[in-house]
Amino acid sequence: MSDSSDAKKGDVLLEMRGLRIEGRAEEQWSEIVKGVDITLRRGEVLGLIGESGAGKSTIGLAAMGFARDGCRLSGGTIDFDGIDLMTASEDTKRHLRGARIAYVAQSAAAAFNPAHRLIDQYSESPTQHGVFGRSQAEADAKELYGRLQLPNPNEIGFRYPHQVSGGQLQRAMTAMAMSCRPDLIVFDEPTTALDVTTQIEVLSAIRDVVDQFDTAAIYITHDLAVVAQMADRIMVLRYGNLVEESDTRDMLFNPQEDYTKSLWAVRSFRKEPVTEPKAEVPILEVDNVTAAYGDTPVLFNVGFALERRRTVAVVGESGSGKSTTARVITGLLPPSEGQILYQGEALPKDFRQRSKDQLRHCQMIYQMADTALNPKQRVRDVIGRPLEFYLGLKGAEREKKVLELLDMIELTPDFAGRLPSELSGGQKQRICIARALAAEPEIIICDEVTSALDQLVAEEILKLLDRLQQELNLAYMFITHDIATVRAIADEIVVMLQGRVVEKGEKDTVLSPPHHEYTELLLSSVPEMDPDWLTQLLEQRARGEVVSSAPVA
Amino acid sequence: MAQILKMVGQRLLLGLLTLFVVSLIIFLGVELLPGDLAQAILGQAATPETVAAFRKELRLDLPAYERYFEWLGGMVQGDFGRSLANQREISELLGSRLENTLFLAGLAAVISVPLALTLGILAALYRNTLYDRTVNVVTLTSISFPEFFVAYILILFLAIQAGVFPSISNIGPDIGFWERVYRTMLPALTLTLVVVAHMMRMTRAAIINLLASPYIEMARLKGLSPSRIIVHHALPNALAPIINVVVLNIAYLIVGVVVVEVVFVYPGLGQLLVDSVSKRDLPVVQACSLVFAMTFILLNLLADVLSIVTNPRLLHPR
Repeated sequence: MSDSSDAKKGDVLLEMRGLRIEGRAEEQWSEIVKGVDITLRRGEVLGLIGESGAGKSTIGLAAMGFARDGCRLSGGTIDFDGIDLMTASEDTKRHLRGARIAYVAQSAAAAFNPAHRLIDQYSESPTQHGVFGRSQAEADAKELYGRLQLPNPNEIGFRYPHQVSGGQLQRAMTAMAMSCRPDLIVFDEPTTALDVTTQIEVLSAIRDVVDQFDTAAIYITHDLAVVAQMADRIMVLRYGNLVEESDTRDMLFNPQEDYTKSLWAVRSFRKEPVTEPKAEVPILEVDNVTAAYGDTPVLFNVGFALERRRTVAVVGESGSGKSTTARVITGLLPPSEGQILYQGEALPKDFRQRSKDQLRHCQMIYQMADTALNPKQRVRDVIGRPLEFYLGLKGAEREKKVLELLDMIELTPDFAGRLPSELSGGQKQRICIARALAAEPEIIICDEVTSALDQLVAEEILKLLDRLQQELNLAYMFITHDIATVRAIADEIVVMLQGRVVEKGEKDTVLSPPHHEYTELLLSSVPEMDPDWLTQLLEQRARGEVVSSAPVA
Repeated sequence: MAQILKMVGQRLLLGLLTLFVVSLIIFLGVELLPGDLAQAILGQAATPETVAAFRKELRLDLPAYERYFEWLGGMVQGDFGRSLANQREISELLGSRLENTLFLAGLAAVISVPLALTLGILAALYRNTLYDRTVNVVTLTSISFPEFFVAYILILFLAIQAGVFPSISNIGPDIGFWERVYRTMLPALTLTLVVVAHMMRMTRAAIINLLASPYIEMARLKGLSPSRIIVHHALPNALAPIINVVVLNIAYLIVGVVVVEVVFVYPGLGQLLVDSVSKRDLPVVQACSLVFAMTFILLNLLADVLSIVTNPRLLHPR
């Protein structure tokens, strides 16, 4: 904006002192941010990290003088370039938002209005705030789309959000945030919903554009490796309190607090390698499966096998056919060619034709434990239902088994009477695991079961799954896009791209060179805890030393 | 575009099928009415010979399915048959009545739809304020009374006490447009009061339902004014449910006007239907019912098409 032109880099832009925010839950106000101080200078990028519930997003929104419905700014001061946002009128704040402070949301697919074209949404802030006219805003949008390396920058704006991919939308949203050349942008987990390969493009685009316009930014994420690439300074938050604050390099190499160290230390879990030889006939085999949704083919000649006590990790970006393969195995999507073999015998293609016993052998655990649990059912019934359905247990027998299962997933008996809303994210996922175990299956398909969880919680779930596998002789098919998880739990890896298996084999073979081109791209795209990682990778890719785009399968 | 035409074609075919089923139900319904039609029309005094002759003339001696297909065949060619009461062509009889009913429904729609949408949008904008509550209470009150009661209240205040509008809608073919609007005003206002609440509440609810979505939060964080957020960001995404409710209400304005037409002695289809039922003029009853069914089917088709045209996901596929 105009009046920032004479301001020097390094002047304080945003100052929050003793910020307190309250949230309303069950008719009571409770504090969710408990007195946090933040100072942000012009052109500086501040990283806010912490687990869910740490208050990161709430603080980010408070920097715009905004509190979500059900929250209120209850104490402290927020000073943005001389304007007190705690006392400013709604009108004053409205004129700042979009114009001088902009916001980039986690899910661009949800944050773009589906009813309007991208460029109309881009032009809205400049024209409504009277910064630019419509035609200049459009010209500007095309230029920014180009800078953010969107394909066809002159035309992409005229598409609707649903016509553009997730990574492109996220860049279009960054462009939209830049539309009035704000002094400050709040990035709220802008790459969390993206694949690693797409994440890199978005990260480098954001970094470039923030650099070029010398914009200050608050970058919120739970991913340490990502924040290491983006931020000049990092603040670690927990339960609404500041844990530690320092420059990025200091924070990475010399964390002071125990909590910070524990965050840094996760992902240390490794599954014990299986030594016993494979059985002659695998417990489940996906045999040359081809499948389609209507007229759209989605799987082409997919084949791999699952073994007892072993975990096959299926990796690939979204749309690569990982979950579709799971749907074919469970019989939800009958394949057009190929078959599913259980202990060498073909299962009926459609789940409706499978016997109860055939259904019982293979259970699923889903990514969103939240939506996979009926909110009106108590834990006792969630777990008890498959006990009744598959095993015919009733009354006291059923109750006894429910308690056994709860014990198995390391929860106390009193959880049986709880509703899903009374559980934490990790506990919900444990209940989903217990529900799968209730059927006494031999195979469990885990579809991104840890990607919605915080890292510490995710690691606990991985350990639990591993223990259960040893105790119960289970075969796992583990769908994920997170390479760190793969390293932790896999025995074998299947790499998928556009509905095809491009590489498969033992974990160590697949993860060590030489790689298939696409595996290399996936592996090299996983952010590392090194602040220079992104810069170096982009340089290497520019020089053509490493793969920089997905091959066409 | 080709996709939309294909879809409209499919819906039209389905509509025809529905209409066929409805015609069957109407015919069977009339067939099941107790008593003998010829006997009822000729009265108790008629000799059995006269009744038999009359039955033959009405073709009532033929089996039901033959009469059904004859009736249906005539309908398809636009021949609705003749009225039993006065031997006039039914199509002739329906023509002017349908026109009158459509005029009344049209006038009521022109008043009620914009009114309901405006009230609904404002209620969403000023939700949980005194305005919101007042609008809700007033519209709910008006919908809670029976139509005839609303009609008589309006007659009492606007026709008898204030003398603004005539209490009887005396419509002839030779009066001018504005005179016609003037004479139709009271029934139109009655209908407005009956339908506005439903549309207004749906508009309000559909918009408020969207206010928690991330793109509305984004719009707020872009510093847009509350009215722009409601009208520009929430409304376009709330259109599908609103359109459906609006169309259902318009269909009701055409089909459900029976009571109101009777109160105001308005010469529309509804009154024709009531008269024909009391006179046992069954061919007219059947014809009226079929016209009502057709109205419903066509308007619902319109709602489907409008919902699609206002949804960019369907209009602009990937």
